[in-house]
Amino acid sequence: MAKLNAVRRPLGLWLVALFVYAFLYVPLIIVVVYSFNDSQLNAEWVGFTLDWYRKLFNDDEMLRAAGNSLMIALVASAVSTLLGTMAGFAMHRYKLKLLPLLVLTPIAIPEILVGVSLLIFFVMLNITLGLVSITLAHIAFCIGFVAIVVRSRLSGMDESLTEAARDCGATPMQAFRLVTLPLIMPGVVAGALMAFTLSIDDFVITFFTAGANASTLPLQIYSMIKIAVTPEVNAVSTLLMGLTLLLIIIASKLAPNALRSS
Amino acid sequence: MNKPVSKSADRGRLARWLISGPPLFYLLLFFAIPSLIMVFASVRYAGDYGGLAPVFDEAGKLNLTLENFQRFTSDFIYTAIFLKSLMYAVITTCCCLLMAYPLALLIARSPKKYRDLLILLVILPFWSNFLIRVYAWMIILGPQSGLTQAVNYVLGLVGIEPVRLLFTAFSVIVGLVYVHLPFMVLPLYANLEKHDPALVDAAQDLGASAWQRFWRITFPLSLPGVYAGAALVFIPALGIFAVSDILGGTGSDMIGNVIKQQFLETRDWPFGSVLSIVLTVAALIAAGIAVLVARPRRETHG
Repeated sequence: MAKLNAVRRPLGLWLVALFVYAFLYVPLIIVVVYSFNDSQLNAEWVGFTLDWYRKLFNDDEMLRAAGNSLMIALVASAVSTLLGTMAGFAMHRYKLKLLPLLVLTPIAIPEILVGVSLLIFFVMLNITLGLVSITLAHIAFCIGFVAIVVRSRLSGMDESLTEAARDCGATPMQAFRLVTLPLIMPGVVAGALMAFTLSIDDFVITFFTAGANASTLPLQIYSMIKIAVTPEVNAVSTLLMGLTLLLIIIASKLAPNALRSS
Repeated sequence: MNKPVSKSADRGRLARWLISGPPLFYLLLFFAIPSLIMVFASVRYAGDYGGLAPVFDEAGKLNLTLENFQRFTSDFIYTAIFLKSLMYAVITTCCCLLMAYPLALLIARSPKKYRDLLILLVILPFWSNFLIRVYAWMIILGPQSGLTQAVNYVLGLVGIEPVRLLFTAFSVIVGLVYVHLPFMVLPLYANLEKHDPALVDAAQDLGASAWQRFWRITFPLSLPGVYAGAALVFIPALGIFAVSDILGGTGSDMIGNVIKQQFLETRDWPFGSVLSIVLTVAALIAAGIAVLVARPRRETHG
């Protein structure tokens, strides 16, 4: 422990850090490696194969679940980006009390609570559990994340630019559309990608709002893990990781600071 | 372009409502109202086929009860599970702190150009699917894995019976630490990065040892980051059910697992709501404590 603050000789720190980085990455690397392993068991390396991926693309249930996930994520990220941008803008611009509270609490409380309360709510209103209820739920928890990213982008923005546009005779709407919006656009896009990723990855809230007939990729993965673990799970996991990584790279190119400051 | 003040004020109010109204309405409808309904559900009877019994009985009398709360306080099983969840969450928070602190410190003291990359490397695994990250530990801790066999080989050398790693309290804690670690690193890093290195240098010039510099300068200054990280780990760890579901054996159930069972298997929604309310209260208390202790104090130097 004494080495913790060895500013000039951080060898001890480096060792701990290396251990933590290994702890973070080894599990994921194992999943990727075993997705190419020619064995039923996730135990020893037998040989290279693409069979698990082939099997995956012939698995109708899995493909349907992937399609559902994609559709839900597209709709949920579009709507939550619109509403979240409005919320972020309103929180930046006006002194509000209720909206910040409603934006932040869904992020701050355990997810299961959002899931079960929405389950009761949908059943009480006779809304059939399925794709629609999942999408409505996803929008609700994504709004907050988009709002935070957009607000942080706005607070980093030079206010005088909008004022200059107003001084030049732009209406508030024109100033917003021609000056503010293009400036916060990277934040909006980063928020949208974040919402998309959160939606496509969500398990807990989806689990409670899905009902018996609709499945998504995470729900499908969950039932595979619970029933029988085959390397097919590794293959779908690897693909999903690749997709997420791609979205993160795009998001970080568009708004280098947006993701970190949230 | 001179307009009467009242008219532009009206317009401002209209714009404010047009912008904040839709998200406010959505969150009220799909977050606030369902939460209130859950509170209301906790004082109702369970329906004959699951769900909720009607609010009014056949005679038109209000059909509400506090029985569900009494069940929680009188049945020791549920308090025990709740206490166990608290313990798991506390252990998880401590492990995360022990692992995250050195890492955050190292990143904060790295040259500026590497910091973004090093912190991105912490966030990246966190963006892959939560279930996949939990599932990966099923492979690593499984009975046929290299790790399990190595551990049991070493134990065998000193004459100890082989142990099982998967489906134990140990595997649940490992999974909980794994999925929550980034939540601890980020606030710690954000705090440590802002420290003025001159403070540590000054302490060193005055003859403080490395140990003293850490405990008397760096650590006290980093407490707000510690509290924020602790809250960000403790609260979700308390309510989680998938980790104990996948990596836990019999008897590893946490409060989240019981809530899940009440809603989807037993279908006793009122009791499930009671458990959810207990969990919410615990989460709010934890968040409240974190906010109170992390409140910025007056600068003591200068």
